[in-house]
Amino acid sequence: MRENPPLLSRVADSVYWMARYIERAENVARFIGVNLNLQLDLPMEPAQQWQPLIDTSGDTEEFKKRYGEASQAKVVEFLTYDAANANSIASCLRAARENARSVREAISSEMWTQVNSMYLEMQAQRRMPDPGQLPEIFRAIRLGCHLFQGITDATMSHSEPWHFVRMGRKLERADKTSRILDVKYFILLPSARVVGTPYDDIHWSAVLKSVSGFGMYRKKHGRISPRDIVDFLLMDRDFPRSIRFCIHCADESLHAITGSPMGSFVYPSEQVMGLLRAELDFTSVDRILSGGLHEYLDSLQEKLNTVDNSVLDDFVTRREVDEATVAQTQS
Amino acid sequence: MRFDSYQTQGFRDEMFDDAGVVRPEARLLLDTIESLEEGQLLQCQRAAERLLLQMGITFNVYGDSAGAERIFPFDLIPRIVRNDEWTWIERGLKQRIHALNEFIDDIYHDQKILKDKIIPAEVIHSAAFYRPQCTGINPPRRIWCHITGTDLVRHSDGLIYVLEDNLRVPSGVSYVLENRDLMKRTFPQVFEGSRVRPVDDYPSNLLEMLESIAPRGAADKPTVVLLTPGMYNSAYFEHSFLAQQMGIQLVEGRDLEVQDDAVWMRTTKGLRRVDVIYRRIDDDFLDPLAFREDSLLGVPGLVGAYRAGRVALANAPGNGVADDKVVYAYVPDMIRYYEGEEPILLNVPTFLCWRAEDRQHVLANLDKLVVKSANEAGGYGMLVGPHSTAAEREEFAAKIAANPRNYIAQPTLALSRVPTVVDGQFEGRHVDLRPYILYGKEINVLPGGLTRVALRKGSLVVNSSQGGGSKDTWVLAASSGDMG
Repeated sequence: MRENPPLLSRVADSVYWMARYIERAENVARFIGVNLNLQLDLPMEPAQQWQPLIDTSGDTEEFKKRYGEASQAKVVEFLTYDAANANSIASCLRAARENARSVREAISSEMWTQVNSMYLEMQAQRRMPDPGQLPEIFRAIRLGCHLFQGITDATMSHSEPWHFVRMGRKLERADKTSRILDVKYFILLPSARVVGTPYDDIHWSAVLKSVSGFGMYRKKHGRISPRDIVDFLLMDRDFPRSIRFCIHCADESLHAITGSPMGSFVYPSEQVMGLLRAELDFTSVDRILSGGLHEYLDSLQEKLNTVDNSVLDDFVTRREVDEATVAQTQS
Repeated sequence: MRFDSYQTQGFRDEMFDDAGVVRPEARLLLDTIESLEEGQLLQCQRAAERLLLQMGITFNVYGDSAGAERIFPFDLIPRIVRNDEWTWIERGLKQRIHALNEFIDDIYHDQKILKDKIIPAEVIHSAAFYRPQCTGINPPRRIWCHITGTDLVRHSDGLIYVLEDNLRVPSGVSYVLENRDLMKRTFPQVFEGSRVRPVDDYPSNLLEMLESIAPRGAADKPTVVLLTPGMYNSAYFEHSFLAQQMGIQLVEGRDLEVQDDAVWMRTTKGLRRVDVIYRRIDDDFLDPLAFREDSLLGVPGLVGAYRAGRVALANAPGNGVADDKVVYAYVPDMIRYYEGEEPILLNVPTFLCWRAEDRQHVLANLDKLVVKSANEAGGYGMLVGPHSTAAEREEFAAKIAANPRNYIAQPTLALSRVPTVVDGQFEGRHVDLRPYILYGKEINVLPGGLTRVALRKGSLVVNSSQGGGSKDTWVLAASSGDMG
């Protein structure tokens, strides 16, 4: 049997980021889509409704400086078309496409065609569309990203580069789920005046819809309850956007890349990923809530950053020291 | 669309003879096109352009706003080459490449051809791409020009001439393969019964050639990589396409390093040895230790590893000495000298401005001649006399006087034309032809090559950077035995 060819560090880095940017674009599109839908049901001030979206993306300061008070038009512009915002959908698609273009020979031509088509489509839009068209536009972006992921899984060999793609996608997804949970929980809890009203359910349903989890949650838990929703999004074993699920997949891919058995580590990245996985496996929602969800999510995001950095350290920027250690442990 | 009103206008046409009668080899194509429903051809044309953009088959234009990408326009009407003519072209190209390779090897070793005074030594020593650093190097199999893209044109006399040899880093072969693919996808009906010789085996032949030059001691399956300057290079699409088609790594300079005179690439599992590099970076930028010190694209120490025989480079550094347009004028003499044969393919008569009598003739006939700088490509630095203004001619006269060694002149060739879709009808446009030749265990010529077409009315400049497009090129098989 022929061994798989070695993977260039630069290529690993590019496919990892390509996947992260596609996943990011999809999440932003879904957040906006859900919010557009939410405003049909809720009598709310525009700023109150749209500001949390900016907070979710982590760009509060930049937005305030350049746009001032949040409104639908401003937030949609900032998160969708603004080329100066590195996390806008347009910027994400551009970055995903640049990364894909730099490794065209390493991905399938179908993947390239899909990411290129999405980029060209976005370039063609550019102007602010009629508000009536917005739901369809975000739906199309979401589907385009799903299509890219489907094409990736169906046309790219599930060897080392694919595992970098998968790891990038899952780590990005875990990050986005944790952010939406953090922002929504923070906003929803203090609003005591809506507790027990139909609006309460609508809010919490929106959180679930933001991660396409409404139907799957209903099947498992039935009633809408904040505790169960946190449990579902943080620790569900089977829901593909729960943080625990994402970390399991990322951990699997990491071990597929290194070749070390699951549950052990050789590289530092395997150690930090394994610790995070164990923590999610053995904690409980009540324990988390008693310590404060916001505090927990804060430290979770820090851990995700540590995982991201050590993956890049181990496989992309590799220091000489690491190489020596790895060579020793492998022999 | 029909050819009823198509005019050859006194030009040599590849599809019609001088009386306006379709050539026998193009008969079937013409019938198929004329049998299409109104508008169908234009639909195919538009579909092809859309596909090009979607597939991202684009090139970057230098001097354009950063990162601007354009498609290389594609015209659906193929250029047809008769089988017997192709056989003769192929023989001529093999003879020429063999002689050029002998010449380069001689220049970097004994320089017999200079000692025998066939070529003046000062011509070589003043050639811009002569690399004294390469003296004494013995590349594997003594091959210096592994991949060549010779430019051929047909003049109004009906004869084929070699315009340029393009030995350094010729590009364009990806368009040959993609054009054929595009034709099959958008216009499949024209292939029926046409016996067009396939081009798809080029990547396998290229890989086989590259593996055949691996240094001794390399593994059974040598590691071959393609070295690109990166995604902002105008030919990046081609680099990535060829790497993908061959299933080899596309690397940039920063992915490689040299240790102990061997070349290694940086992978997720540490350093891996590289045996053969198909480099698409000019000599100058290859290795800051050997050539230009300010190069950020190259790999420090690469030429040292090459000289030590621990890595093979295709094409070999230094082979550009034969791309000099003054050296070009001596290729027929080289063929006689090294091969002991008369050249099969013709050279365009060339006036060398460093010879006083030639210079006088050139200066007196600037309005009739094409003047070219000895070492520029891409249609830059040239004067097409009959299309020039008095001011441009004065400018060139001054340039020639200031640096006669750097200029040559040739008669203006009336390049042959092929019908091309322009504004919804057929018009004749001038073309050239760039076949691709691989030199490994043997010399192998890809049937056909890239037909470039000057899309601007009356223009003779076919370069993609100057408003050129391309066409599929069909070499017809004599019998079904030639098809594979």
